[in-house]
Amino acid sequence: MSIFEKFEKIDRRFIFLLVALAVLTPLIFKVTMKIPISSPVKSAFKAVDTLPRGTNILISVDYDPASMPELQPMYRTLLYQCFEKGLKPVMIVQWPLGLPLSINTMAEVAEQYNEMARKEGKDTVVYGRDYVNIGYRPGGVAQVVGIGKEIRDYFESDYRGTPLDSLPMMKDIHNYDNFALLFALEAGSMGDIYVQYANARFGIKIILGMTAVSAPDAYPYLQAHQIIGLLGGLQGAAEYETLMKRPAFATMGMTAQSWVHVLIVLFILIGNIGYFISRKKKRS
Amino acid sequence: MHNFWVILGVWMAAFLTLAIFSFLYKDNPFYKFAEHLYVGTSAGYMLIYTYFLVIKPMLIDPISQEHQWILLIPAFFGVIMLTRWFPKIAWLSRWSIAFTVGIGTGLAITGSIQGLLVPQIKGTLIALHGWNGATLNNLLIIIGVIATLTYFYFSKEHRGFVGKTAKLGITYIMIAFGASFGYTVMARISLLIGRMYFLFHTWIPLIK
Repeated sequence: MSIFEKFEKIDRRFIFLLVALAVLTPLIFKVTMKIPISSPVKSAFKAVDTLPRGTNILISVDYDPASMPELQPMYRTLLYQCFEKGLKPVMIVQWPLGLPLSINTMAEVAEQYNEMARKEGKDTVVYGRDYVNIGYRPGGVAQVVGIGKEIRDYFESDYRGTPLDSLPMMKDIHNYDNFALLFALEAGSMGDIYVQYANARFGIKIILGMTAVSAPDAYPYLQAHQIIGLLGGLQGAAEYETLMKRPAFATMGMTAQSWVHVLIVLFILIGNIGYFISRKKKRS
Repeated sequence: MHNFWVILGVWMAAFLTLAIFSFLYKDNPFYKFAEHLYVGTSAGYMLIYTYFLVIKPMLIDPISQEHQWILLIPAFFGVIMLTRWFPKIAWLSRWSIAFTVGIGTGLAITGSIQGLLVPQIKGTLIALHGWNGATLNNLLIIIGVIATLTYFYFSKEHRGFVGKTAKLGITYIMIAFGASFGYTVMARISLLIGRMYFLFHTWIPLIK
């Protein structure tokens, strides 16, 4: 029995073990690698980074815990960028299970930023004045279209139940015209809805941060200039962290990701070579 | 005390993660327990969320506090959706379904044309002048669109020139599937990395 025939009969659990080791080893030994920056991520970063201080930006948090490892690092880095650049983010949630993630991360990043700001003598950020979370409401397409006219038709209050008009930052915000851009973090089809309705009908500039599964479907939007930037999966998050010069979970995870990819390519090669050898033997 | 609950939460999450991972070895009661717990908890969570974020603030409060009686109409349509459980009056639910389908179709038609079809056609009408990387990309896009559309054109037999173009179309589709599969692998491995990071950073702090 040749080595390839032995591989054909290998227990699949052995492969799981190898994948687990390929993930763990670089994480434990802190193996790092250079993260090359792709053009869609660079455009996204530049679009946010060049906005003037005080500009409002709408961030749609549309994912649940199942997509956290990919989208949470994007959300964290983006929020930090907003605080550092003096932008005013308004968080909106289209997935009910995304609300706690959106609130907790917002509070954590704001706390971390304020701690750093106090040390460096910079201005701290305050909820209601510098950032707001208007929470979740149902509605999908109807809501995305409705916000184009008046945000209060769907969101009378923020996630705490505070009326929008009593939040200083929200007083002059009524619809998409009051936002410089929409940064949508998407695990499902809400990204398509934003592009097809918010962009096409109301002209708001959109950047999509998507899970790797959905990212290929968003490239046609990028090519047709319906979106101005695209972050795809953990790779996109790692690139954004690199551009922000704040390497964190995504940057660390990309080494493990690459190791596993090499392993999978090896498995595919070995599997195919084994298959062709055994087929040749059977024929002869 | 706060610390105790945090630690308990981490241990519970670690146990449930390992219980789900145990399926990789073989199906077992721990996996079944974690799976059922997940389904039940998600359903319960959604129920509470729907009540406190939708039904109460958008229906009960406006009716009881602001007397917005008009909201009884959508409430009625919502309630008759439940008549599907009772075969004799199940036909009533069709009113709500008709309403939803009507709105959905209206929005979808405008969205698809204004937000997808027209911009995508515009995106394909791209310049082919000069000889550089961008022109080559544009050429590949144009050929890809024509060849793929030809593959889905069934009114003429796929033979001769049409057959060759359709074959090129299927090659483009296969490349797209390959890219999608690659991205899917990346997505799934990212989830594994996330869980591994939790287990060996938050639970057992091996990753510093």
